[in-house]
Amino acid sequence: MSVGILSLIILALAVAGFFLGRSRALQSVQGDPRKLHSLPVYYGQTVFLFTAVPALLLMAAWLVVQPLVIDARIVGQLGPEVAADPSAATLAMEDVQRIASGLDALQAAAGLSNDEMRKMRADLSDIRGRMADVGVALGAEVNPKIFEMAKDFRDMQRGGALMMTLAVLLAAVAGFVWSVLRIKADFRARNVSETFVRWVLIVSAGVAILTTVGIVMSLATETIRFFSIYPASEFFFGLTWNPQFRGGSDLGLIPLLWGTMYITLVSMIVAVPIGIFAAIYTAEYATPRVRSVVKPLIEVIAGIPTVVFGLFALVTVGPFLRDYFAQPLGLGNSGSSVMTAGLVIGILNIPFISSLADDIINAVPQSMRDGSYGLGATKSETIRKVVLPAALPGIVGAILLAASRAIGETMIVTMGAGASAKLDLNPFEAMTTITVKIVGQLTGDLTFDSPETLVAFALGSTLFVITLALNIFALWIVRKYREQYE
Amino acid sequence: MYDTPNSTEASVSQTHIKIAARGVQVHYGEKHALKDVDVDILDKTVTAFIGPSGCGKSTFLRCLNRMNDTVSVARVSGEILLDGEDIYDKRVDPVQLRAKVGMVFQKPNPFPKSIYDNVAYGPRIHGLTKSKAELDEIVETSLKKAALWNEVKDRLQETGTGLSGGQQQRLCIARAVATAPEVLLMDEPCSALDPIATAQVEELIDELRSTFSVVIVTHSMQQAARVSQKTAFFHLGNLVEYDATQTIFTNPKDPRTESYITGRIG
Amino acid sequence: MTDISPTPAAMPRTHGLSGSLLTESPLMKSRNAAEARFRSYGIAAIVVALLTLAIMLFTILRDGTSAFFQATLSYPVLIDGAIVDKGGKADPAEMAKVTTISYARLLGDSLIKHLADKGIAVEGMTPKEVTDMISKDAPARLRDQVLADPSLVGKTINVNAFVGGRIDGYMKGRLTRESSANDSNVTPRQLDMADKMIEAGILRSKFNWSFVTAPDASDLRPEAAGLGVALIGTLYMMFLVLIFTLPIGVAASIYLEEFAPKNWFTDLIEVNISNLAAVPSIVFGILGLAIFINFAGLPASAPLVGALVITLMTLPTIIIATRASIRAVPPSIRDAALGVGASKMQTVFHHVLPLAMPGILTGTILGLASAIGETGPLLLIGMVAFVTNYPAGPLDGGFLDPASALPVQVYSWASRSDPAFIERSSGAIIVLLILLVIMNVSAILLRRRFERRW
Repeated sequence: MSVGILSLIILALAVAGFFLGRSRALQSVQGDPRKLHSLPVYYGQTVFLFTAVPALLLMAAWLVVQPLVIDARIVGQLGPEVAADPSAATLAMEDVQRIASGLDALQAAAGLSNDEMRKMRADLSDIRGRMADVGVALGAEVNPKIFEMAKDFRDMQRGGALMMTLAVLLAAVAGFVWSVLRIKADFRARNVSETFVRWVLIVSAGVAILTTVGIVMSLATETIRFFSIYPASEFFFGLTWNPQFRGGSDLGLIPLLWGTMYITLVSMIVAVPIGIFAAIYTAEYATPRVRSVVKPLIEVIAGIPTVVFGLFALVTVGPFLRDYFAQPLGLGNSGSSVMTAGLVIGILNIPFISSLADDIINAVPQSMRDGSYGLGATKSETIRKVVLPAALPGIVGAILLAASRAIGETMIVTMGAGASAKLDLNPFEAMTTITVKIVGQLTGDLTFDSPETLVAFALGSTLFVITLALNIFALWIVRKYREQYE
Repeated sequence: MYDTPNSTEASVSQTHIKIAARGVQVHYGEKHALKDVDVDILDKTVTAFIGPSGCGKSTFLRCLNRMNDTVSVARVSGEILLDGEDIYDKRVDPVQLRAKVGMVFQKPNPFPKSIYDNVAYGPRIHGLTKSKAELDEIVETSLKKAALWNEVKDRLQETGTGLSGGQQQRLCIARAVATAPEVLLMDEPCSALDPIATAQVEELIDELRSTFSVVIVTHSMQQAARVSQKTAFFHLGNLVEYDATQTIFTNPKDPRTESYITGRIG
Repeated sequence: MTDISPTPAAMPRTHGLSGSLLTESPLMKSRNAAEARFRSYGIAAIVVALLTLAIMLFTILRDGTSAFFQATLSYPVLIDGAIVDKGGKADPAEMAKVTTISYARLLGDSLIKHLADKGIAVEGMTPKEVTDMISKDAPARLRDQVLADPSLVGKTINVNAFVGGRIDGYMKGRLTRESSANDSNVTPRQLDMADKMIEAGILRSKFNWSFVTAPDASDLRPEAAGLGVALIGTLYMMFLVLIFTLPIGVAASIYLEEFAPKNWFTDLIEVNISNLAAVPSIVFGILGLAIFINFAGLPASAPLVGALVITLMTLPTIIIATRASIRAVPPSIRDAALGVGASKMQTVFHHVLPLAMPGILTGTILGLASAIGETGPLLLIGMVAFVTNYPAGPLDGGFLDPASALPVQVYSWASRSDPAFIERSSGAIIVLLILLVIMNVSAILLRRRFERRW
C-alpha cells in the first residue's frame, strides 16, 4: 500500500474520530453541552489528534529507518571483508539496488507473481538481456550472489512495507479507540487538546534548531571523514587546487579563498558607494513622491533570481569587459573573470546595502540634523559630518552583511567567474571561488569516499564558518547601534 | 496688537531693532499655525516668547532662522527683516542666515563627536579660522562663555554625548556661540534640565545678552521674568501682547495675558 | 561689528560672518557647489543602479522573446499507410513498432515533393541536404500525432515541422552566412534554400507553445527544447514548500510570539532563526544532499527533496515576516478575549491569527517568490540532471519523480555550447519573471485589500 493512500486512510479515520468523539461527548450528557467540561468540538479534536499524529509520526520514522536497516542487513550478507571496506560496500549496494529496480520493472512488464520472481535464477536465464528489454541497462553480467541479494532486498522491502502498513494502522486504531473510550463529561478535553497543540507549536519552533543541527552534523561528519583521508594542513595551507580522478589530487584552499575574497572585494567596491549614495539620496534628498517610486524600483533588483544575474554576467557583462577592457589593455581574453563576477555581485548587493543603510540613516534622530542646520551647515555638510558618522556603526554592519552575502553567492560566480583556481592579481583573469568548487565537486556522479567529493564538505564548513562569523559580528554591531538611539 | 518698539523701559530704549517681523503667517499643511505676527526684536536684549503649548511661539522662533525650510509642509509668508534685509528674499541663502542667527534646541543634541569637534563644527564649516591656533582659541572662549570650560578642559577629545544633560546643553550653547552669531534663538533650552543646570543656563543667557540679541521660548513664566527684558505672549497662533517683561507680568493689558499669567489658561 | 560693552566672559565678535545676506560670499559659493556635487552623486548612484537593472531586463527580453517563436515549415504530408501501418489494421500496438526513422523519411520525401510542386529548384543540393533542414524532433512529433489518431492514415494533413536550430538561428539573425562558414551543421546552400522557402511561404516563424510545454531536448536539437518538465518541477516544489512552510512557520511564530517563556530554549531558537536567515543557500544544498538523499535515501532530482531544502531555507524569513504580522495585532484584542474568559489558545486561534492572516499570507508569498529563483542548492540535489520525461501526477508519486526547475533549467541551458540555448535560457527567465511578477502583484493586492491601521 503506498504511503499516500495510507496517509489518506489515517486522515479519514481521524476525521471520522472527530465526529464520533463529538457525538459521544454529547451523548454522555444526554445532548446538553452545558454539562460538558469543554465545548464538544474539543472532544472531537482529541480523538482526531490521537488517531492521526502518532500514526503519521510512526510512518515518517519508519520510512527513514527501514532503508537503513535493510542496507545494514544486505551489507552484512556480503561478508565481513566487503562490509569493512566502505567503498566496496557502497558499490555492491548500488548493484543490488539497480538489479532490484530492474526486477520491479521486469515483474511489472511480464506480469509475474512474487513466487515466480523468487524462482528466477541468474545463472540459468539471461537476466541482463531481459532487463535491457524493459529499459534497465546493466553494466555487466549479473553475479548470482548479488542477484540473490537483490531478491532478498526486494523481499525485505516488501515485508517492511507490509509491516509498516500494519503497524501504522494499528497505531491509528489504537489511538482512535483509546481516545474515544476516554471521553466522559468531566474529561478536560480542551486542556488536553491545547496541551497537544502547544507541543506541536514548540516542535515547529524547534525546526530552526534541527536545521542548524542538521547543517552542522552533515558538514562536520563528512569534513572529519575528509580530514581522515586528506591532511588538514595541506587543505588549509595548500597553494594549488588540482583534483584528479585517479587520486593524488592537490586540494588546497588558498587559491579558492583568494578568488572568493578578490571577487568579494570588487563587488564591495561597486556596491558600497552606489548603495550608500542611493540610500543618502532616498533618505535625505528625495521628496516623498520620488522616494515612493525610486525605493521600490531599486528593491526590484533584490527580487530578481541570482541565476538571472549569472546569465547577465555570462552573456553581456563578461564579453563587454573582455572586448572593451581586457583585450585592449592586454590583460587577457577571458569573458569569465573576477571583474565580471565582482561587478555583477556588486549590482546584486546595491539594494541590500541601500535599504539597510536607508533604515539606519532614518534612525539617526532628527534633532541631530536640526542641530547642524541650526549652526548654518548645508545639507551635504550635515550628512557628511553629522549623519554619516552617527550612522557609521550601523552602516559598517550592513556592509559586513553584504560581504557575507557576496562570499556565499553561488550562481553568479559559477556562471561568471570561471573555474580555474589560481593565485593572480589580474582582475580580468578567470578565477574560482569556494562556492563554485562546492557545486563542481558535488554535481554529477558522486562517490562518497574519495577526497575529491568529500573536499566539498570541508569547503562548505569553511564557507559556513566564515559567513557565520561575519553575520554574528555584523548583527552585534547593528544591535549595539540600535541600542544607542533607543 | 501691541507693538511697542519705542518702549519707555530705560534699559532697552537705547538699542536698535535687530529683527523686524511684519505680517508673518505660517501654515503647516492645512493648519494655520501662526496668524499675522508683527514683532520688533531689539539688539542686546533677551526677548522671551511665552504661551501655552501649540500657541505658535516655537513656530515663530523657527521662522527667524528659516528652520521651517527643513519641514516640507511648512509655508511662511510675510516679511522678516534682519538689519533691514528680508531673510525670505530669494537671494538669501538660509545656510548663511543661520550662521548669523544661531539656535539652541529644546533637547540637548550634541553630535556624536568629541567635545572639541562639536564646538569647532560651526567655525569649520563657515571657514571662520585660518589656523589651528585660532580654532583652539575660539573653542576655548566659546566653552568659557558657556561656563563649561573648567569642567571639560581636560577631556576635549572625549565624546560629547558622554556629558550630563546640563553639560550637554551648555555644550550646545557653546557650539552655537562659536560661530559668533548676531542673534541667538533658544527653544525651551532648559526644559530637559534639572534646576541646578537650569540656573547655570539662565545665568549664561544673561551674560550672552552683552554680545547678542537673544530670543528664548519658554514654558516657565518665572524663567521669562528672570531672564528677559521683553516678553511676547502668544495664544492660538496670535501674538496677543508684546511689551517690557515687567509690564507684561505686573500690568498686562490683554485679559488673555492676564489669565495666562495668573494660571487660568495654559 | 564689535562689542561695545564687554563683560568679563563676553567674547569680542571678531570672527563671525559679516556682510549682507543678499550677496553670496565666495566661501558660500564653493560650499553650495559642494552641496550640488554631493547631491548629484546620490542621483548618479540611483541612475547607475536603475540603468543596470534596465539594461539587464532589456538584454533578457531582447534575447529571450525569440525563444517563443520558432521557424516552422508548413507543408502537406500524405500519411502513407504503406509506411506507417504496414499491416493495414490500424492496430496501435502494431503501428507503434514503426520507428521515427520511417517518419523522418516520410517527412523528407514529402518536403522534396512539395518543393518540386512549388517549382523551387533544389539546384546542387542532395536530397539529404534538404531533408536535414527538418528538425530531428519533427518525426517524433508526427509519430505521436499519428499514434494518437490512427484515422489520419491515408489522409493528407498539413504538417508544421520545425526546421533545425541553425536555420532558425539564421532567420533570427543569430547566425550569419559569415559565421556559419566553418559550421559543419549547416551549408550555404541550405541557407539559400531557406531564403527561397521563406519567399514561397513554406517557412515561417510561428508562435511556439511547445517551448513552455515540451520537455528538455539534447544538445543536437535546441529547437525542440522546452520548459515543460522544469515548469512542472517548479510548480510541484512551490506547492510543497507552501504546504510545509505555512503551517510550520505559523506554528513556530505563534509559539515564539505568544507562548514562549523567556528562557535558554527560546533564546536558542531566536539565535538559530536569525543566523539561519544569513547562511549561504549553497550550504542548504549540502544539507539536502547529506541528509535527505544520502541519509534518508530519498531519490535525487525529486521535487520533494528540492521542496524540503527550500523549505528549510525560507522558513527563517517566513517566520520573521509572520512574527511581525502577529506582533502588529494590538494587545487590546488579546486582553479583550482573555477578559471574557477565553483560554490563551482560543485567544490566539480565534482572534489574533485571523487578524494576522493577511500579513502572514503576504509574507509567505514574498518568501516563496524569493525561493522560486533559488538555483545553487537545487544543483547539489541533482535537479540539474537531463530529464525528458514528465514527472507523474501529484497523486501518482510525481513528487518523487526526477524533474528539473525553472532556474536550474536557465543554468543548464546557459552552460551548453550551442548559442541557440542562450536564447532559450533567456526565454526561460522571462517565464520565471512572469511567475515572480504574478506572485508579487498578488502579495501587493492582498496587502492593499486587507491592510488595516490600528
